[in-house]
Amino acid sequence: MFWQVAISIAAAQLLHRRRQTIVSTLGVALGVGFFIATSSVMSGSENDLVQRLVNNAPHITMKDEFRTAAKQPIFLAMPDATVELTNTKPREYLRGIKNYGAIVDELSQQKGVIAEAALTGQAIVRYASKDVGASIAGIDPEKERYLTTVERDMREGSLMRLKTASQGIVIGRGMSVRLGLGMDDLATVVSPTGLVRRMKVVGIFSTGNLLLDEGQVYMLIKDAQVLLDKPFIANRIRIKIGDPDQAEDFAARIESRWGYRSESWQEVNRDFLGLFVIRNTITYSIVGAIMVVASFGIFNIISTIVMEKRRDIAILMSMGFRAFDIQVIFLVQGAVVGVVGMLLGWCIGLVLLQMLASIEFTIPGMSEKQHIVLDRSFFQFALGGFFSLASAVGAAWYPARKASQVRPVDIIRGAA
Amino acid sequence: MSDVHPLIEARGVSRILQETVPVTLVRDIDISVSQGEFVSVTGPSGSGKSSLLYLLGLLDVPTSGNVFLDGQDTTGLDADALAAMRLRKIGFVFQFHFLLPEFSVLQNVILPMRRLGSQSEAEMTKRGHQLLDELDIGDQAKKRPDQLSGGQRQRVAIARALANDPALILADEPTGNLDSKNSQIVQEIFAKLVREEGRTVVAVTHEPGFAEATDRDIHLVDGRVDRDTRR
Repeated sequence: MFWQVAISIAAAQLLHRRRQTIVSTLGVALGVGFFIATSSVMSGSENDLVQRLVNNAPHITMKDEFRTAAKQPIFLAMPDATVELTNTKPREYLRGIKNYGAIVDELSQQKGVIAEAALTGQAIVRYASKDVGASIAGIDPEKERYLTTVERDMREGSLMRLKTASQGIVIGRGMSVRLGLGMDDLATVVSPTGLVRRMKVVGIFSTGNLLLDEGQVYMLIKDAQVLLDKPFIANRIRIKIGDPDQAEDFAARIESRWGYRSESWQEVNRDFLGLFVIRNTITYSIVGAIMVVASFGIFNIISTIVMEKRRDIAILMSMGFRAFDIQVIFLVQGAVVGVVGMLLGWCIGLVLLQMLASIEFTIPGMSEKQHIVLDRSFFQFALGGFFSLASAVGAAWYPARKASQVRPVDIIRGAA
Repeated sequence: MSDVHPLIEARGVSRILQETVPVTLVRDIDISVSQGEFVSVTGPSGSGKSSLLYLLGLLDVPTSGNVFLDGQDTTGLDADALAAMRLRKIGFVFQFHFLLPEFSVLQNVILPMRRLGSQSEAEMTKRGHQLLDELDIGDQAKKRPDQLSGGQRQRVAIARALANDPALILADEPTGNLDSKNSQIVQEIFAKLVREEGRTVVAVTHEPGFAEATDRDIHLVDGRVDRDTRR
């Protein structure tokens, strides 16, 4: 019952100052709208990038190297002893992950885990007397399609044809164009050790990434082992797990199990992820500033109403309204402006998102037209709404408190 | 003074404003008003008439002394408790009508009932109309205060003061802004409230005519009771 009074008085007073109310409500609405648009763009691009990091690449890559140099046996044998050993260098070892088959088998037995051994290296692809330097990836086509998106990016042929063709390679669109190398053509692949092999193009992919499209070559791991003269050796084990967020823990576990350096996607992209934190801070400070400006509008109108309505406040108090009741009346006014501003702001936000979504632009290095990736989740709207309400009620708080401190006697005496 | 206990009573009440030079509004007031009395408070301007009324109406708190409403000592009660007592037991009428301009006449009258919240919407509307009818302004219920004449507005203010059926009506120069005809009407309304409904009215006035119509006149000079005359 009391709320009904508070709301009806609040609404009547706001309507009385219609133009000011509309202006400050629009202020809030614009704030909310731009908040939604900005935060949706920021969050969208963040999600997009994380998605790319997570989906387009393995979650964890185990490499044929160690995080720290191996200790001398004497230090392992006598950990507490005082030993000085001078002019030593870490033991040399044959590069490569030993017994990779066993590691892959053991990892693959775990639920949701896909592990693939790969051998990477450098080679030169030669065709019609033109040379292009290439990164070779010897892979397992059946597993590769779960680990990266190359299968999705295939334009001609397929990754699986590597299994059926003898001496097959899959190249990028850029390399294909540069060398004039088409499907089923035979290219010459030259390894750094001087091995020369004739290999047949069985697939062409296009990722949109210039570096990959011009320089990446896929082949079967056994072909890569022959080409690079590293029989029975893999130098990468690429792993995808069920929950990408667990990658750091998982990487730490397998690293302690086998000793090989295992990098999670978070570790590799630490810079990016750190950048997001800074970027989000900047974004939300700017958008927050918009809301602060909008809330001054609310502060202004409610302060004006409080000043103007001191007599009404006094009579309400003499009637038996408590100080708290008066405060509620003006907080409700702030909340009304906040809620209406929020709803309008959602509409503005939707329109802005629609406009942003229709923008197309070309980025150098990207072969296709790009759109802004937007995060249209309800969370953005809820957050914008929350800030709108919080700033509205926050802005109303001080004038509402002033109103509740009105001493009716002073007003009534002054008016008489 | 034949009633069991006085409705409103002031015992040794003083009110001093603590400013750079302390200002004494009223000093050592001892009065008691019983149920059904029609009392006027008179005195020269600045004699503390209104201040006394605000103290009796629990709008202001005495610096020293005690105010009893309906036998209850109000000393030391917090602002919310005083507000609750005002809501139920006291109706104010001021020199200016103080109606809320955004609301209709009827809504203004219903406002205190809404705050009390003890009746349904239909009951409140019914009582609002009833009060307006009694004061002969039933046909103005839907209008806004600024569409009414001064006399009509003051009657709406009286109807609002009566909304929660208070025992005590406190009026501060209720006819101060009215012409003689409307003053007469308002004065008769107060008399009727006392005679027919058994309410208690304490009215500050500087109009001799009004004061003469009451049962008792408390005359203040310099913040003290100078004369307390019964007719």
